[in-house]
Amino acid sequence: MSSLRILVPVKRVIDYAIKPRVNKTQTAVETAGVKHSMNPFDELSVEEAVRIRERKVPVEDIVAISAGPTKAQDVLRTAMAMGCDRAIHVEIPTDKGEPDLEPLGVAKMLKAVVEKEKRNLVILGKQSIDDDANQTGQMLAGLLNWPQATQASKVDVEGEQVTVTREVDGGVETLSAKLPMIITTDLRLNEPRFASLPNIMKAKKKKLDKMTLQDLGVDATRRLKTVKVTEPAPRKGGGKVDSVDGLIGKLKELGAL
Amino acid sequence: MFSVARQGALRQARTFLRPSKPTVTSPASALARLLSTLALLEQREGKLNPSSLSAVTAAQKLGGSITGFVAGSGVKAVAEQAAKVEGLEKVIVVENGAYDKGLPENYAPLLVENIKKGGFTHVIAGHSAFGKNLLPRVAALLDVQQISDITSIESEDTFIRPIYAGNAVLTVQSTDPIKLITARGTAFPAAPVSEGKTAEITEGTDPNAPSPTEWVSEDLVQSARPDLSTASRVVSGGRGLKSKEEFDRIITPLADALGAAIGASRAAIDSGFADNSLQVGQTGKNVAPELYLCAGISGAIQHLAGMKDSKVIAAINKDPDAPIFQVADVGLVGDLFEKVPELTEKLKQG
Repeated sequence: MSSLRILVPVKRVIDYAIKPRVNKTQTAVETAGVKHSMNPFDELSVEEAVRIRERKVPVEDIVAISAGPTKAQDVLRTAMAMGCDRAIHVEIPTDKGEPDLEPLGVAKMLKAVVEKEKRNLVILGKQSIDDDANQTGQMLAGLLNWPQATQASKVDVEGEQVTVTREVDGGVETLSAKLPMIITTDLRLNEPRFASLPNIMKAKKKKLDKMTLQDLGVDATRRLKTVKVTEPAPRKGGGKVDSVDGLIGKLKELGAL
Repeated sequence: MFSVARQGALRQARTFLRPSKPTVTSPASALARLLSTLALLEQREGKLNPSSLSAVTAAQKLGGSITGFVAGSGVKAVAEQAAKVEGLEKVIVVENGAYDKGLPENYAPLLVENIKKGGFTHVIAGHSAFGKNLLPRVAALLDVQQISDITSIESEDTFIRPIYAGNAVLTVQSTDPIKLITARGTAFPAAPVSEGKTAEITEGTDPNAPSPTEWVSEDLVQSARPDLSTASRVVSGGRGLKSKEEFDRIITPLADALGAAIGASRAAIDSGFADNSLQVGQTGKNVAPELYLCAGISGAIQHLAGMKDSKVIAAINKDPDAPIFQVADVGLVGDLFEKVPELTEKLKQG
């Protein structure tokens, strides 16, 4: 029986607690000087990978990967402090006008890495909270022709057999498939741990390989052009009332009752 | 994040776009003839899912012919329902029980075959659990960058979608030969069904791809209430309810009095007050009812992402500075344990 060789893709995004602002030229959201952290769903992926090993399932190694500017290494160090064994940084320079990767490009890159690193389980977040696309895991599964279980709230690995409970509209459903497999995480899957200081120190010594898309032979040409990014139409609060009768009155006035 | 060069390129792209726009939109009839859309119809036990009808409406906004697609066992009945949906010219049916659970491993190759055979320029699905799970896999197989959760259509290749939990709105233009799109249900009203109309029903090709994934079981919440994502009224509770017992005691009667669906914030769900499937927000459901009435919800940005397109928002919260009051059309500062039962009583009296 082969052991698990897990790949956990992580993305550096604007911290979830920060309200993003659109830049003046309406080309993107302002990112300079804004706090970034690991995409919350990716924290769940890292946590799940580490927990699978802690449940005594044979795990050969857990590799974290991120594509982006040099600062993406911060989230890789976090992933290693949480328990990943090593990391791969696919450098996407921002200074040469290289655009962000789209999910299809990321999926192609991950496919190349999966093959190069002989992975048999990839655990991704269900979506990144910046682009909100919810595509990369499914695309990777399609490119590799592997089974997929998206929006997982429970994962059980027994030998080659993986059973996943996934969140769907109206409840949950359970799927089962053999390795290799793609899983994407939903919020209910687990409670990610905090990286302790000793582990943060240890993570600095773990191996972090650097690669480029060219090294991997991946063409990630963008298919979508950003026409513009705007602020959503603001909703103005309608003020407060001081009683239940006032509330009912106002709702009637607004035609909601 | 973007370099100067990229911004320059973008500006160029935009100035190029603007003058060309009338030529894109004015000979709409000529374009419409070339445009053909496949609307993915979601079915469950022989019933058409409402999110599919939103996909049809979105398809109508594109212009051009629209073909529906449905697969599963006993789907002839679903196809006949679909044939009555306004806007659908044709319905492709694939009768095969292997597609009942919508497993993307075999459903994606099935769609790819039928998209290629039909030469469709656009493929639209609802942004439901089914659409989200399936369409990106189809996109990868077709080597297309999908556009998720669109809320508006600018032209046949330009779409609007929310990003950053709805804190920014992206207008994006696709250069792919086939446009794969999921549409936000609340942004496109369901296409009406007209009894007199029937679309042509044809059989699709079935590649019979095997699925390595086995469907084991499901556990769906049984509810007589209106469906959360399509309800015209939603009553939602948050952490302020304190316990599941209180949630049920306070929120349920109010929802009953209003004939509303019940929703909840992530905090309430994580604390076990309500089922996961009731979560409203960036990671849960997007709702846009006529009335969204919430109690004990502070209004974190992730929650607002899921409800701020509601027609009227009403909030009851004891904290006058809660962010929810910035978006609420009407706010009541007070203890929800007093105010909500009082509201329920007064609504019952009519």
